[in-house]
Amino acid sequence: MPGMVLKAFFPTCCASADSGLLVGRWVPEQSSAVVLAVVHFPFIPIQVKELLAQVHQASRVGLAVLGTWCHRRQETEESLGHFLEGLGAIFSHEPWLQLCRERGSKLWSCKATRRQVPPHPGAPYEDQVMLVFYDQRKVLLSQLHPPAAVPDRQAGDATASAGGLAAVFDTVARSEALFRSDRFDEGPVRLSHWQSEGVEASILAELAKRASGPICVLLACLLSLISAASACRVFKLWPLSFIWSKLSVCEQLRHRLEQLTLVFSTQKAENPTQLMRKANVLVSVLLDVALGLALLSWLHGKDRIGQLAEALVPVADHVAEELQHLLQWLMGAPAGLKMNRALDQVLGRFFLYHLHLWISYIHLMSPFIERILWHVGLSACLGLTVALSILSDIIALLTFHIYCFYVYGARLYCLKICGLSSLWRLFRGKKWNVLRQRVDSCSYDLDQLFIGTLLFTILVFLLPTTALYYLVFTLLRLLVVAVQGLIHLLVDLINSLPLYSLGLRLCRPYRLAAGVKFRVLEHEAGRPLRLLMQINPLPYCRVVHTYRLPSCGCHPTHSWGSLCRKLFFGELIYPWRQRGDKQD
Amino acid sequence: MEDEQSFSDICGGRLALQRRYYSSSCREFCLSCPRLSLRSLTAVTCTVWLAAYGLFTLCENSMILSAAIFITLLGLLGYLHFVKIDQETLLIIDSLGIQMTSSYASGKECTTFIEMGKVKDVVINEAVYMQKVIYYLCILLKDPVEPDGISQVVPVFQSAKPRLDCLIEVYRSCQEILAHQKATSPSP
Repeated sequence: MPGMVLKAFFPTCCASADSGLLVGRWVPEQSSAVVLAVVHFPFIPIQVKELLAQVHQASRVGLAVLGTWCHRRQETEESLGHFLEGLGAIFSHEPWLQLCRERGSKLWSCKATRRQVPPHPGAPYEDQVMLVFYDQRKVLLSQLHPPAAVPDRQAGDATASAGGLAAVFDTVARSEALFRSDRFDEGPVRLSHWQSEGVEASILAELAKRASGPICVLLACLLSLISAASACRVFKLWPLSFIWSKLSVCEQLRHRLEQLTLVFSTQKAENPTQLMRKANVLVSVLLDVALGLALLSWLHGKDRIGQLAEALVPVADHVAEELQHLLQWLMGAPAGLKMNRALDQVLGRFFLYHLHLWISYIHLMSPFIERILWHVGLSACLGLTVALSILSDIIALLTFHIYCFYVYGARLYCLKICGLSSLWRLFRGKKWNVLRQRVDSCSYDLDQLFIGTLLFTILVFLLPTTALYYLVFTLLRLLVVAVQGLIHLLVDLINSLPLYSLGLRLCRPYRLAAGVKFRVLEHEAGRPLRLLMQINPLPYCRVVHTYRLPSCGCHPTHSWGSLCRKLFFGELIYPWRQRGDKQD
Repeated sequence: MEDEQSFSDICGGRLALQRRYYSSSCREFCLSCPRLSLRSLTAVTCTVWLAAYGLFTLCENSMILSAAIFITLLGLLGYLHFVKIDQETLLIIDSLGIQMTSSYASGKECTTFIEMGKVKDVVINEAVYMQKVIYYLCILLKDPVEPDGISQVVPVFQSAKPRLDCLIEVYRSCQEILAHQKATSPSP
């Protein structure tokens, strides 16, 4: 665009290169020239054009010779200047860029000339030039967030619809074919770019790439065997399928199996996001297993399992004793409230008997507990998350009696509330119309009214007793649920934290770019403006947000309001529903 | 070309505006906020330590004193690194974009760059802030869907909060560059 400042993106590695031709891409919409490399003398113009055509074929980026680069010692090489100007005739490009620098000084001079007649009269033959230096290696390796829409590869030249600077990143990233030759190659054309001192490679990375093929195939077969075995018909039979669905360990193992299948699948990752996800999953699994093995070695040292098993039965006994005291207190005059004696005794005795059954069960199990714990402790080698899920399941099993008490109390309370609401309607002379789903007035017979009112009165006076039992057991249940919830939260954290991305952000911040930042370099009046473009790394919170791994989905499905409503009406609550469970 | 002037912010504190005209297409404005005053730092430290000493005489636990020292140090470091902004800079480059940098007292720099293609205009807005009506400079971003709409309003100099006279200076310079940009940019 005439009058618009021409931006020349120049790689910092070429600032000390010898004189030659500038090779790169011209983006007319932004009036910017992205210089990718410098072609040194001597060269044959035909060969340069061939090389550019080759790279265009390989990468679909429209490269061209943009201008000349002159890096001269003192004023002695005037002839070079004239020679360079003559090159403009061979490689025609609109506008023709001429960058010039004195060796050892910071003074640059730039000229951009247009050969053709400008479309508007009065528009200058020469454009104003602004130099923007960029680190080629960092721009090549970095990835912009949010990723710009990938231009259609079949559409030939990458369109600059990726706005502004994303086009620069795109150009550099796609021109890898140009950077493959270094100065030790015996090719016809000598280039200067970031890899011209020698192509960057790492032995470990190459070995890992070679080895990953067969390892992936082997592990993929193993994992498919395991998933086939677990999908076998035997596990779909009723008791087993019910147990599997309730245990959080199975959910966690299934999740890990899915993740490992994803990582070791033989398909290559299509885009960088998928590659990051694979890397995150792998690092997460490795850390999990490492922590699990650490836990295992701690447990098996100094006979800690034996100590744990010995402590378990007395703890369960102690909890049961405390519950007994609680029930005795409820059966008396709890908090000074006066309960209905008969109902109180019935409920209290019922729960006490249940508790007695539970204590006997625990004592029956006590000789086997150490063996069970030892074998269960071995599962920690599968990962810390598995060990934590087992802990959560053990807590659920050991507090099963609290769960039973809660269910009994809730069902009783729910029945009572239902009865009360229906009889209250009768008391007022109304009725629930099932057909119209609303409350209608109704004329009852005298004996209906009599019995109804009687039952209503009985239920109202028995309400405090039932409500108190319900309240106490619900609080206990909520306590257990809170403890389980904390454990699940920790498991979720380990599952979903993208450790590889965080490590990359810490050690190689230019790889994850949120944008760019500019710094104005030393400026002299009359000289072109020089800017340094640096990569602005992504903040840590956005890294976690963008690359979070999907977790098991064990999130509470209720809001606080609906939870309170359910508690008030005595409906059973399952706050930690696993994903995929049918709704009750 | 450099130029320094002193202005005041909305609370009456002193601000220094440094203007650098690199060329006709590139200008930088640097606002320096008042530094952390020794008086307020001493006051806060003394309050915290007196409170800790009071607790210590009640509880006779020397951990409270060490905890107070620890809290003071961590609090100071956190304040310098995350809260106290020393300098705010606005760099406007014709046909590239607008860059805003905040430098914290600990040396950390936080930069945001907005490309010129996304900038619709730079305006001075009025806002009701607590019991005052203040002016602030902001950048209006274009809406990709609607050609005449505005998708976002980005306020500039949020922690320095200069008064209108300072904002008018910055506004005039920015408008000169934006006018040139609009004249030479391709029509959408």
